[in-house]
Amino acid sequence: MLKVKVNDIDLEVDEGLTVLQACEQAGAEIPRFCYHEKLSIAGNCRMCLVEIEKSPKPVASCAMPVTNGMNIKTNTEFVEKARKGVMEFLLANHPLDCPVCDQGGECDLQDQSMFYGVDKSRYKENKRSVPEKYMGPLIKTQMTRCIHCTRCIRFATEVAGVPELGAIGRGEDMQISTYLEKSMESELSANVIDLCPVGALTSKPYVFEARPWELKKTESIDVMDAVGSNIRIDTYGWEVKRVLPRVNEDINGEWISDKTRYSCDGLKNQRLDTPYIKEDNKFKKSSWDEAYNKIAEKIKNTSSDKIAGFIGDLTNMETSYIAKEFFNQTIKSNNLESRDDNYLVDINNRENYIFNSRLNGIDESDLIVLIGTNPRYEATILNSRIRNAFLKNKCEIYSFGNLGDLTYDYEIIENNTSKLKEILDGASSITKKIENSKKPIFIFGQSFFKLRSSNFLLEGLKKYLLSQNKINENWNPINILSIHASTVGSYDLNIVSGDINSNEVLTKTLNNEFEVIFLIGKDNLKLKKKNEFIIYIGSHGDKGAEFSDVILPGAAYTEQDAHYTNLEGQIQKAYQATYPPGDAKEDWEIFNNLSTYIKRKKIFNTKDNMVSDMLDFIKKKKDNKSLDIHKSFHNEKIITDDLDYYYSNVVSRASKTMMECRSLRNNLKKTGTEG
Amino acid sequence: MSLKKISKNQPKDFKFSKVNLELVNKIIQNYPKGKEKSAVMPLLYLVQKQHENWIPLEAMKYVGKLLSIPYMKVYEVATFYSMYNLSPVGKYHIQVCTTTPCMIRGAYDLVDVCKKKINENQNHLSKNNICSWTEVECLGACVNSPMMQINEDYYEDLNAKDVEKIIDKIMNNETPVPGSYKGRTNSEPINNRKTLIDNKNA
Repeated sequence: MLKVKVNDIDLEVDEGLTVLQACEQAGAEIPRFCYHEKLSIAGNCRMCLVEIEKSPKPVASCAMPVTNGMNIKTNTEFVEKARKGVMEFLLANHPLDCPVCDQGGECDLQDQSMFYGVDKSRYKENKRSVPEKYMGPLIKTQMTRCIHCTRCIRFATEVAGVPELGAIGRGEDMQISTYLEKSMESELSANVIDLCPVGALTSKPYVFEARPWELKKTESIDVMDAVGSNIRIDTYGWEVKRVLPRVNEDINGEWISDKTRYSCDGLKNQRLDTPYIKEDNKFKKSSWDEAYNKIAEKIKNTSSDKIAGFIGDLTNMETSYIAKEFFNQTIKSNNLESRDDNYLVDINNRENYIFNSRLNGIDESDLIVLIGTNPRYEATILNSRIRNAFLKNKCEIYSFGNLGDLTYDYEIIENNTSKLKEILDGASSITKKIENSKKPIFIFGQSFFKLRSSNFLLEGLKKYLLSQNKINENWNPINILSIHASTVGSYDLNIVSGDINSNEVLTKTLNNEFEVIFLIGKDNLKLKKKNEFIIYIGSHGDKGAEFSDVILPGAAYTEQDAHYTNLEGQIQKAYQATYPPGDAKEDWEIFNNLSTYIKRKKIFNTKDNMVSDMLDFIKKKKDNKSLDIHKSFHNEKIITDDLDYYYSNVVSRASKTMMECRSLRNNLKKTGTEG
Repeated sequence: MSLKKISKNQPKDFKFSKVNLELVNKIIQNYPKGKEKSAVMPLLYLVQKQHENWIPLEAMKYVGKLLSIPYMKVYEVATFYSMYNLSPVGKYHIQVCTTTPCMIRGAYDLVDVCKKKINENQNHLSKNNICSWTEVECLGACVNSPMMQINEDYYEDLNAKDVEKIIDKIMNNETPVPGSYKGRTNSEPINNRKTLIDNKNA
């Protein structure tokens, strides 16, 4: 510990801290533009100048390590004069276009110039003007406003792992640009907008939409992937204007993926706002009453084992739970299914379907093996953590099969189950490395659980790692990476039908054996429809709604209070930011009402009742006996399913921004131009 | 100084010649292990030497791949330093020193000749695309001022007439003789006195 003085307050700080961090610990606020906690130190904006005793010149506190006995002053006249000088230089070339700048109201430069700015400019020369740069469909540039803090460059190189941004030229003529003005090929690219302390990089889809002080801010949870990033939803009236990240060090840190941020315009398009009934192959608007009656009549005339239901990828736990109760109590059927495919998951043991090492654990890991997963697209934020481990711990990464660019180097192992078996027999080429590693991580993707030998291999690996003392109270290296926001929650609620070894409901559905099918936000069912009566409950008119007979309009994730469990098993509450459009209702209400038409009885009296019931259910669900799953070895290829990143769910499919990103990415692939 | 413009006419391919590739290996060996990336500057200069005094985009990519650094980083370096040319400057790249000592000894006379004979503007090719000229800061030959550099060679003790002759030769695609145009060897005194021994006042 070092003893320092900050503004005459005695303080003990850790070694290796910078002066700026020490000042923060003492509660002294230091203005800054280039310094950012999560990025490397550049020290080029000079705004954080402080006075240090015995130093004749002011010192840039962000780049200065603390030494013993330092006497730091942050509020003297000397400091203020120095900062004013810096601010004058920064403003010399900065345009006075705050009234037409999207950053206005949340601009670091604007805020700090209130304290350190001079009211008059002494700069008589012409201001520098910089041509706009193209950076893709997400980032709007106005480079004249740039103050050369290089935060965006550091973010792209360090966190996103796409060294495409750089500073060209020098001195006054320095310009921030992507290589030859191509769009940034990263799923985290839009974070540079939050990082930019001025209005040089702003959000293209949000351009001139609203001012920050007009927006209602709701803290919520993202559902675009299973990570459960913490977000803030900004709404203006009914419309969701933008989505911003919220800091949660255990989950997403400070970043969110582009899909999380920009899918929100999909909440305005293709929405279902009134119930529809199909007559003569045409959808007709109807009232809730008609729709309910039609469904109730159909259900009453159908034997309960001919009714099936599917939970979709964005469905919250409340909806899943009430759907389950609806199936169990109201129509007495067990045919509710949440799995997309034949995933052989033993849901009786929670360890078998969550990310056991926790997202934070990745940072500490020193060896990562990817099996049947492409984290770059399936969980972008998780991938950035792997990259962090790769950079900071020199973590070695192996993957079964070639996954293309993951933003870090990895070694490819042949994608065959026999190669994985070699690992658990202790006879693999990386056995030594696993034995020597302190905190290894094995990440299994959903694609892996389609393999017939998946559970054999999972059990085998567990046994092997136990014998190597790699599994203990503090560390469990077995991790399952779910793709959808609803997956872990559904497993927690036991929404898996019948025999675990085959997805019976799905097979039967595809064989046209059911008469009534409920699709609860489910859009990726590849069914050739024959005589089924299909009921779609969801927010968007997508594939699922298209072939249904009755459409019941539900709410999207921003429109209802709901719980989601993320891939590491953390239950989080998402809050309602806006309300469902038109006649649409919250999903749980739909089931509750439908039940009154069938059984003349509500399932739950109030939402609170249902939520507490649901939470009880999860609490009670302790690890049971493991299920009887085939555990035998087969020689199979481990194939990682491709995920169409910008097109993976109903919201992003309805989003124009995502469509643009997707076509741009596809064009790049087609022409094969490399950055 | 403003941002350098990148040429619109870019060659499709660039590769080091065999001789230069050997040189590349030698250059890279000058740097400690793990720091080979630092060789980017000498390599870019080598590109320039091989490729008519300028660096095409393909070559930047090539160097990036050679040293396994991102293209953007090579691009940053190339745009930062004024000695890298990013658009064609001709087979003969004339750099006229106009820093104080040369200026006092008549550097602007040389500039005038260049303007008349090559192009009104700096960094613009002559009509036959064979050369271009540019003003530069001190080249470190103040004793022999005024002077200019053509490719790798210094031409010293010049006056307007000498420069006219030099440029005429260049225009005929001949390399003029480098060195002093007042007959000096290096920067010896002009009347051949090489020591102070026979100087009475020494």
